[in-house]
Amino acid sequence: MDASLVDWSRAQFALTAIYHWLFVPLTLGLSFIIAFMETLYVRTGNEEWKRITKFWMTLFGVNFAIGVATGIILEFEFGTNWSNYSWFVGDIFGAPLAVEGIMAFFLESTFIAVMFFGWNKVSQKFHLASTWLVAVGASLSALWILVANAWMQYPVGMRFNPETARNEMVNFWVVLFSPVAINKFLHTVTSGYVLASVFVVGVSAWFLLRNRHQLLAKRSIIIASVFGLIMSFFLILTGDGSARLLARHQPVKFAAMENLYEGTTHAPLAAVGILSGTRNEHRQREFLLKIEIPSLLSLMAFHDAKAYVPGIKDLIHGNPERSIISVEEKMAKGRLAVTALKNFKEAKEEGNLSRADSARVIFEENFAYFGYGHLTDVHQAIPPISPTFYSFRIMVVLGMWFVLLFLLSLYFVLRRKQPKWRWLLYAAVLSIPLAYLASEMGWLVAEFGRQPWVIQDLMPTSVAVSSLTAGSVKLTFSLFAITFTLLLIADIKIMTRQIKLGPKDGGTL
Amino acid sequence: MFGNMSHFALQQYWWIIVSLLASFLVFLLFVQGGQTLVYRLGKTETERSLIINVLGRKWEFTFTTLVTFGGAFFASFPLFYSTSFGGAYWVWMLILFAFVIQAVSYEYRRKPNNFLGHRTYETFLLVNGAVGTILLGTAVSTFFTGSLFSVNEYNFSRWETPFHGLEAAVNVQNLSLGLAVFFLSRVLAVLYFFRNVDHAEVIARARKQLLFDAIPFVVFFLVFTVMLLLKEGFAVDPVTGVVSMEPHKYFHNLIQMPVVLILFLAGVLMVLLGIIRPVLHFIKCHDKGIWAAGIGTVLTVFSLFLVAGFNNTAYYPSTYDLQSSLTIRNSSSSHYTLTAMSYVSLLVPFVLAYIVYTWRAINKKKIDASELESESHKY
Repeated sequence: MDASLVDWSRAQFALTAIYHWLFVPLTLGLSFIIAFMETLYVRTGNEEWKRITKFWMTLFGVNFAIGVATGIILEFEFGTNWSNYSWFVGDIFGAPLAVEGIMAFFLESTFIAVMFFGWNKVSQKFHLASTWLVAVGASLSALWILVANAWMQYPVGMRFNPETARNEMVNFWVVLFSPVAINKFLHTVTSGYVLASVFVVGVSAWFLLRNRHQLLAKRSIIIASVFGLIMSFFLILTGDGSARLLARHQPVKFAAMENLYEGTTHAPLAAVGILSGTRNEHRQREFLLKIEIPSLLSLMAFHDAKAYVPGIKDLIHGNPERSIISVEEKMAKGRLAVTALKNFKEAKEEGNLSRADSARVIFEENFAYFGYGHLTDVHQAIPPISPTFYSFRIMVVLGMWFVLLFLLSLYFVLRRKQPKWRWLLYAAVLSIPLAYLASEMGWLVAEFGRQPWVIQDLMPTSVAVSSLTAGSVKLTFSLFAITFTLLLIADIKIMTRQIKLGPKDGGTL
Repeated sequence: MFGNMSHFALQQYWWIIVSLLASFLVFLLFVQGGQTLVYRLGKTETERSLIINVLGRKWEFTFTTLVTFGGAFFASFPLFYSTSFGGAYWVWMLILFAFVIQAVSYEYRRKPNNFLGHRTYETFLLVNGAVGTILLGTAVSTFFTGSLFSVNEYNFSRWETPFHGLEAAVNVQNLSLGLAVFFLSRVLAVLYFFRNVDHAEVIARARKQLLFDAIPFVVFFLVFTVMLLLKEGFAVDPVTGVVSMEPHKYFHNLIQMPVVLILFLAGVLMVLLGIIRPVLHFIKCHDKGIWAAGIGTVLTVFSLFLVAGFNNTAYYPSTYDLQSSLTIRNSSSSHYTLTAMSYVSLLVPFVLAYIVYTWRAINKKKIDASELESESHKY
């Protein structure tokens, strides 16, 4: 396959996914924050809460529209640019997408109309229920696509059918409740809740800096900080879960995240690290600077400070002492599987059933390494180290900062420390872009780290791509880049103007 | 329940669901049709805002139905998804771009500091309305006219022309269906305005507009239908799966499936009634036309999809290699997946129920300029 086509197709998917993810987390979290606020309005009858709810709802609407615009592409892009992949996994991957449409998207889009236009048309309680249903619908939408993504990282609940040359689902519940899927869902949606909380705290801090809408700002900070703190707890918990699942199911990604070359017991965690710009012949990057915490990596990965954590060298070149087989061996097994599938198909065509049966046996024995049959060099099995390593650290450090921000903001509002603590208000405003950065970094870890696989061990990205010309994809990439950038500028300009207008001025025009 | 059904029965069940989604999608394209009429029917800023706000309360249904249609097609017939989307790249990309620009336009149009200006967003709505409808119609027509692709023994597909789907637009029958859908969406929009807009001038202009769209719709639909009934179609041998050309295949399908024929005729009749009665008896019938034409649209599109996929017919034929053609048998998901999703499909009536309930709550009374004044969220 044309490498340029694969690279441009990856670039296009990355571009569209990164843009889409700029808007989704705010939708996920803000919908719940609005629902809390409206609940307070309904329970207290205090008109100020209604005003607060409507203000945040306006921002929600602006963000939601562009989230929808950037989202439709992703659903269809699996087909347009990853045609072979679509067939290879369609029997499993398609189902969550369809369920997403039936269960979640309609819930979201139906009740969002009531949320925006129903204030004077439906009862107060029905309106409140609609706002809650929008929040639930948004997170449900995330559930199904994340189940699909988790399956790509950890394919379970399926069997490869050589007759149809695809993976077929054998247990829906195993796909839905795979530990990777549950963890990924919880980690991702809670990251959205935290981002939205940072957003609300940041915008409110801006009002306080300007001495405007003080009541709205303080009430919003309290709600967002409490929500953000609770969700940060779950975020850390599920982050810890992710580490253990990665160590077990995607050890190469885990090693890349840590730039761990040689496996070891009592593996230390590089709390701070700077990597050299060049790689040696094994694609290893040396640390130029490293501050380590002893045994923490072993503890994170296996909840055991003495545990052995394999490094990239062990995983690529094998380590018989630890029963780790080399990529070379996996490639040999993969080639056997690829050839066996070809033989099976030919035998079927000829009507030679005994040859087909023996080919099937060989195929099934080696299927676990099927994807390795398409690799040509063992080093292709190593994901890009630097982006995985740095993204992970940026995400974690920022996540910790947000916890501190929520604690300080809450303290600040409850203890009325405003005059002395202006630095905190500035920090809160500056944290808004940082929340987006942290959120995107999380995806970079997940997606860079799984390279070269589109489906772990079974299908490399290079095989998954549609049969197009690189020129076509370059053109659509450029069109997406231009369109989405223009829309992003519009989104930011409208958002900032709506914030400046504030609730008293009506929020909307 | 579903687990005991044969694989073929499940494939048919899912073809019916996909067909129903497609039919509702075509009905909901009234939003797109309306977007192309904003400047035609609205001569002042208030009138245009009124029209856009009436449509803006429904645009997400169309959008969501399109997305669900794509998802359901992927899940139930993944070989279609991988072949058509990856192959007819440009047609689908153009459709997608048309919908991307629509999604922001309602929300951003009248917001201050919106960077591109309200005329740009209105142009986006116009482009979405025209390109979206014409290309969707053109793409669906290839279900009957065929495309140039091949599928290998691993079910990996390849488009066999460098035009990647654009070639569909130079076929008269495809184009006729595209234009028929375009004009139908405008007819439905006019009928929807009759029912939901309270503005004398806009309604007066809409009344004049109706026949300007209805006549081309009928002409293009007739061209498409006559060509469909006269052409040879892609028949599948149910035992061997071999695809061959059969003269008047689609005409035979209608005759051999009388229920589908009745649905088709009833659908066409209702669309025509929905148009003619408001023309002849405006005062009495103008706000009922959308019901007849809407239901008629759903029935007609539904029956056309059944003609394309049922009665041993290849629904996505390849004119490059007949044996690569897709049928509901050779392109579907496994028995297990179709069964699992069939249980999920039991939610559909529940979903429809809450959509109807909220739709009625929001559409309780017609929208007029004063409502727009008092509305806190408007487009």
